Order: sequence, then structure tokens, then C-alpha cells
Amino acid sequence: MHNHTSAEITLNINNEDRTVYVRNADTLLYALREKLGLTGAKPGCLNGDCGACTIIVDGDPMKSCLMLAVEAQGKSIITVEGLQNTAIQTEFIDKFAFQCGYCTPGFIMNCHALMTKYPDADDSVIKDWLESNICRCTGYQEIEAAIKAALAAAKGEPG
Amino acid sequence: MSQSIGKSIYRKEALEKVTGKAKYTDDYPAAGTLHVKLAVSPYAHARIIAIDTSKAGEVPGVRAILLGQPFPLTGEEIKDRPPLAFERVRYHGEPVAAVVADTPHQAKRAAELIAVTYEPLPVINSPREALQPDAVLIHENLETYEKIEHVYPEAKTNIADRTKIRKGNMEQGWTESDVTLEASFSLSPSDHIAMETRCVTAEIRPDGFVVFSSSTQSPYMIMELMSRYFQLEKGKIIVNTPFVGGGYGGKVAVQLELIAYLATLAVGGRPVKLLNTREEDMITSPVHIGLDADIKLGATQEGKLKVAQITYLFDTGAYSDKGVTISRAAAITCTGPYQLENIWCDSLCVYTNHPYATAYRGFSHAELLFVFERAMDMLAKKLNIDPLELRRINAFLPGATTPTQIRLNESTVGNLPQCIDRLKQLMNWKEGQVTQVNGRKIRVKGVSCIWKTSTIDTEASSGVVLTFNVDGSVNILSGIVEIGTGTKTILAQLLAEKLKMDIKKIHVKMEVDTQTTPKHWKTVASRGTLMAGRALLKAADDAVVQLKDTASRVLMCSPDDLEVANDMIYVRDEPDTFIHVKDVCHGYKYPSGHSIGGQVIGRGNYILRHLTHIDHETGAGRPGPEYTVGAQGVEVEFDTKEFTYKVLKAFAVIDIGKVLNKKAAEGQVMGAMSMGLNFGSSETFVVSDDGIILNPRLRTYVPFRYGDHPEYLVHFLETPHIDGPFGARGVGEHGLIGMPAALANSLSIASGVELTMLPLTPESIWKETGGG
Repeated sequence: MHNHTSAEITLNINNEDRTVYVRNADTLLYALREKLGLTGAKPGCLNGDCGACTIIVDGDPMKSCLMLAVEAQGKSIITVEGLQNTAIQTEFIDKFAFQCGYCTPGFIMNCHALMTKYPDADDSVIKDWLESNICRCTGYQEIEAAIKAALAAAKGEPG
Repeated sequence: MSQSIGKSIYRKEALEKVTGKAKYTDDYPAAGTLHVKLAVSPYAHARIIAIDTSKAGEVPGVRAILLGQPFPLTGEEIKDRPPLAFERVRYHGEPVAAVVADTPHQAKRAAELIAVTYEPLPVINSPREALQPDAVLIHENLETYEKIEHVYPEAKTNIADRTKIRKGNMEQGWTESDVTLEASFSLSPSDHIAMETRCVTAEIRPDGFVVFSSSTQSPYMIMELMSRYFQLEKGKIIVNTPFVGGGYGGKVAVQLELIAYLATLAVGGRPVKLLNTREEDMITSPVHIGLDADIKLGATQEGKLKVAQITYLFDTGAYSDKGVTISRAAAITCTGPYQLENIWCDSLCVYTNHPYATAYRGFSHAELLFVFERAMDMLAKKLNIDPLELRRINAFLPGATTPTQIRLNESTVGNLPQCIDRLKQLMNWKEGQVTQVNGRKIRVKGVSCIWKTSTIDTEASSGVVLTFNVDGSVNILSGIVEIGTGTKTILAQLLAEKLKMDIKKIHVKMEVDTQTTPKHWKTVASRGTLMAGRALLKAADDAVVQLKDTASRVLMCSPDDLEVANDMIYVRDEPDTFIHVKDVCHGYKYPSGHSIGGQVIGRGNYILRHLTHIDHETGAGRPGPEYTVGAQGVEVEFDTKEFTYKVLKAFAVIDIGKVLNKKAAEGQVMGAMSMGLNFGSSETFVVSDDGIILNPRLRTYVPFRYGDHPEYLVHFLETPHIDGPFGARGVGEHGLIGMPAALANSLSIASGVELTMLPLTPESIWKETGGG
């Protein structure tokens, strides 16, 4: 079904094909949350400033409020619901890297993509990546400890 | 041996939060829910001449359009605010109309098509302007508003309230002083920036129950205020609050709930949802208060403070809501943590045409300490005394009386001199405050001391219910909202300690439902651990009595001879004679089939003791339970040419009474320090001359991001607060409140100019040094 303003599309999310009816103007964030019940990605600003809605699209972190749902067709989408027992999730818990938890899925997705792309990331690469997300509860020191421990763990080094 | 206290136990909701499964208000399915969108004022002060909703009404899916009405007026202490502006707007961003439609985008489209004709009015942009004799009156009929008893609006002025502190003899204080110091300070309003914007759903059920789900810190206050404003039956209001994505005081205010109620009423009770955009969350919903202040101190040549005269002018914005309570709290602890016999303080809550204020982490203390602690550093310089030494000489000690003339003791105030001494060690104070790095850069240390009590309602109470499961595990029900502080995990730790049981067998209900969860007044003021903690210990005692009662009949002994520990109830003297908790916690069944007991349900509550209102003429009274103290500092690297700087290290030594969860406590303090440094260094609304907020978005408002953080060094002292659970004091806000002052003190030394304004951007420092 297709008309000028809306369409039925298929999205590959967490390795499953999901068919969903969206308006052309619907953001991917809106489709994930309101059409697919995947509420791990959070609305925080809806213009790309805060990173709370970060997901992974074809291996890259993407702010899902900045992408239309129709643009995501044919791409591989990973949301926080698709991560289980990853090193970064473990370290976020162990290092007390969250409090209210609202920014956490976005941070975790960004960190997870970073770890995949740059397993040897140094301080400046980590800063480049993580400064796209905002956390208001922690002092960031805990998030720094978590990403560094997760990178070390992924390399088999003691955290 | 301690089972649980002091250990860095993971948050009970940790797995939910790292997997995206933790649900916040907007995460619940909205099928069948209508959506509300606000039209807001583009002016800071204007008369509403006409509103044309005809085009908006034509948008498909629109079910109702709401406009302002003369009543009800709302506000916690003075009823001065219509939920939607009526005839006049008083701040940029004020809600003027609300559209209810099938989908969010239909509601948005319609809201954009509401045509409002305004006639601009003169704008008041600061408390000082508001007090000018010829200032326009923001509330012309202030004296006609309904109000509670202990608030004193001044008719035909812009003063919503005035709190007075009159202690000792000012004349004598000035006579005994060798040196005086006068200064004025100012800071503009800013915002909380919780990552979750405020969200509420509302519906009216066929049986008349009004049901909300709200991202709030005060679900029980919503019941109270909805009933007060709309004459609803309190028992027929239900408020659900799931996880809340940060509050920092901002979600104490009851605002969107009022509009959501009117919206559901307009569509026959159908469920409606109102979710703030970031821009609305920053200026339409209430903000962090601003302040103008004047201070004059007198001291002896040796550095003994003799007298303080202080005027705090709080910028409550267009409406008084919590601004009144905030300005009152500032008067109560107006001097910072110092012994002073002679005090005169007027703390005013002043109307301006800014977004209206609500609580912000620290509840006036970061602001008043910026003023007082800056003055202390200026005085130290004048007296040529080391700034920490001056603070130590005047440190508030047990036995001294507060500005409200309450004598504190070793339980009700922590050990400030020890905090100062520990801070000196941590900061390597003896190396000196200034170190030259190179030709341009210097490293500079600045400090601040802190204190805080919680001026909360005298009748504030908290309740806890413990229900036992058949496997012997326990559920904790408490009205504390999990806003990120981890208090519900602390409750589990207290229970594990008390019942000597494995914390894995303690389950905490995270969501609050006011119909089934015992009331906790509000999740504010660093009082969750004290109040809910005490209620929990009482509930545990109650459960133990029930467990022992049933067990004593099985074990054929007096309940007095029994102990509960490690999932067993056993004879103290002969631990081999025991019965498992699981075998009695839902009643005990004898072999014959006869049964006794039943489900163990422990209940406990706690109400703050002996709190009073303060006297209107002198301020005398007991407004809060306990005064937490601490000492904080920063070390910054400052570029003397460009006035840019980087905070290298930030320090906090806080007398926390008892550390209940080390990493959680450190996390609370570091997070608060981060917020304090952010507020001190860059957070402010940029306001145009006509009162328009120019930066209501995260791209231009500049919250800290990863990498902006210094190294945090946090240390705790443990002087027990006897009333607190295991001696603990509150610590949710204290990391924040000394940071702006410490930063300003370091940068004043670095720049060579006494800085008087926040935030301290390179540009503002340059301006204060005479640039521009």
C-alpha cells in the first residue's frame, strides 16, 4: 500500500524483518516507539542534540530522531533491545555509569558501536564519539570508567 | 557483621535500565490516547486581544481546543496562575491554548494555526528592576489572590513574599567589627535539563476516578493540588509514576497535570497525553530560579564574623508557585555554615517576566552560598587571612544557634572543621592557591563551605509496607519515586541489614501508584533516606513481631527468646531450634491441618518531629530536621590572556553521617558536582531586553558533555545523625551547592577581579575585568 503521504515499509530490526505502516514524515524514532513498541530509544530533544535516541544503523551510531523511517528500509537496525549481556552493559552496571537511566540506552548503543569499530580507541576517539550524548545525572567519570573497562574486557585484559 | 550497609550494591533496577526495558511515562502504549499540544506565548509580557481558533479547528483529528479561563487560579502558596494564560501573558513560552487531537502531529499542526493577537506590555527583566518605584505591576490584583496562611504578598508591588531574619543586635555587631565588606551579586534563571522531558497522561473513568500517569517527583502532591484547585475528591484521584528520567527539583512542580485534566474533561474523560518538547520543557515548564543579592559583613581584625546584613532578591518569574518556599529556605540558612550572633536578612520572592521558577537541586543553597562564600573570600583577602582559615575560625559548631535561633548539637549538625581539614589535605592546600604553569597559564584553587537543611512541610510523612512472599522473600512498597537517586536500593539495603537476609530476596516495587503505595510526601530535599528509611525500619520491626509471634507458637517459647536472621526464626540461646521464615510468613500449618498466622505484612511510617513555621517578624523557628555540612574546592587551569579555563579537579568532603552505599553515594555527589560546575560555568538563559529566551535548546544552552568533566575527588566523614537510619544524613544535593562559589572564588583569584555574576564564561569574566 502506498500513497503520497504514507507507506507500508519493512525494516530489519535486531535481525528480524518488521513490517510497519508509516507516514513519510515519521521519524525512525517515532516508528520504533509508537509503531513497534521499541521504547528503549528515548526522545530527548528531537533535533539531534542529546543522543538519547541513538541506535545502530549498518554499524554506525545514528540518532533515530534525525532519520526518517522510510530512509531506514534495507538497512540493518540494532536497538538497545537487541543487545543482551554485552561488555558495555555489564560495565555500565559495574561502574555505576547511570542513575535515572534515561540517557543510558543511547550511551550504550554509541559505546557498543564504538567498540565494534574502534576496539583500540584511545581517549581522544572516545571523547569524539561520546560527546554526542548528554547525561545529566552522573559526572561522566563513571561512563568513562565503563567504556574503558569494556574496551579492555573485549581485548581480554583485566578491567 | 554488616550484611549490606556501606557496600556498593548494584541498583535494583540496573538490568532494566541497561537493556532499555525500564519504562518511563511516555513509554507506555498509547493506543486510544489523544494527544495534547500547547500554543505558547511569543512575548514575555503582553495583553491578549483576541484568539482565533477557526483554522486550527479545521485540522482533521482535532477533538477540542482549550483556552484560558479566569478560574481556577493555581499556585502552591499564592493562587496567581491560570493553567492557560487568561487575558494576559507574563512570560515567554507561557501556555495560551491547548489542542487535543488524535495524533501528535495533528495536534501540533492545529496549535500552530491558532492565531493570537497580542498587545505588548513593558517587560521586567530582573528582580532589581521589579522593585523600582515605577515598575509595571505583573500582578495588579496581587492582594485579591487566595493564599495559604504563612505567605505575605505586598499589594501594589512585585513582591510575592518577604521572609525576615532578625537575630541579635545589628548595632552591636557593627560596633564590634573592625572591618566591613560590601558586595552585590547576580545570576539569571536557567534550567534543570532532565533528559526525560515532562510527560503526563490523564483520563476520567466512568466511575469518576481521575487517573494520571506523570513523570513527577511528587505524585501525592498532584492528588493534593488537583483536589485543591478543582474540588475533586482526593480519594478518587490516582497518580501513577513509573521511572522518572531525572528531576533535580524540576519535576516537583504541578503544571502539565492541570492542563491534561482540563483536556480530558473537554473530551469526555478520554485518555490524553501531553509530552513536552525540549523547548517547552526548558521555558514553558518551570525553571531554575535567578537571584540578585546584596551583602554586608562585619568582622574583627582576627577574622571573627560579628554581623551579616543580607538582601536576597529571588527571581520567581511570572508566578510565585515554589519561588516563595525557595526564597524562604534561603533566609533560613542565609549565612552559610558559620556562627553569627547578629543577622539581618530580607529574602524576597520577586515577580519578573521570566519563566516561573520551581525547586532546583539544592533549593536556593547553591545560589545563597555563591553570594555568601564569595563574600567570605573577599573578606579573607581584606583581612589577609587564608580563606580556609577564615572559614575554620567561624565554622558552625554544635551548641551554636542558627539564623532561625535553633541550637544545634552533635547529631543535628555535622563536623565542619574536620571537613575543612580533610579538604586541605586533599587539595594539598599548603602548596598555595596559585601555581604558574607557563607564561600564560596558571593553576588556581578555590574553595567553599556548605550547609543545608530541608525546609519541608512540617507535616511531611513517609510510609512503607513490606509484604512477604511464600518463598520468604519480601516486597518493599514505598512512595519514593525512583528519579535516579537510588533511594529504593538503599531501602533494600536497610531491610537486608535489619532482617539479616540476602538482598537478592528483597524485591522493590519501583513504580508508584498512589492508590496502593504508601505515601511519601515528595521525593525531594535529600530526605528520602531519612524519612522512608525510618518508615522502613519501623515496618521491619512490625514484620519481625509478626514472624516471632507465629514462630513462638510453633517453637513453644516466648517470642522474646527468638531472633530473625538468615531466613530463619530461631531460639537465641539454641540456634538449632528454628523454623524457616518461609514456613511462617504466610501462616503456619500444623500436621493436623490447623493453621495460625497468615501473610506477614509489615507497616511503618515516619513524620518529621517538632518542625514549626518560622516567625514572620524574626524568622525564629525550627524549619528543618538536620544540617548537613561539607567543604568543597576546585582546581582550574586559567589562561590569563583569553580568560578560558579548564576545571582540572573538583573536591568534596561531606559529613554524610553514615555511608550506606559507597559507590552510589559517590555517584550522587559527583553528579551533583557536575551539575554545580555546569551551572557555575555555562548554564544560563540568554534573555533579550524584551524578555525573550534566546537559547531554549540543547545546542545553544550548553550542558556538559563527555570530556568536559574534571577529576572528581569525593571524601565522606561519618558524624552520625542519631535520627537517621544507621546515622545517615541526606546527600542528594550537597555535592552541587558549593561548586559555583568554589569556581567563582578560584576564577576571581585567577582573573584578579572579584567576580560577581554567574555563569562564569570567558566572556563574562572578560567583561567583569573591564573588557568590552
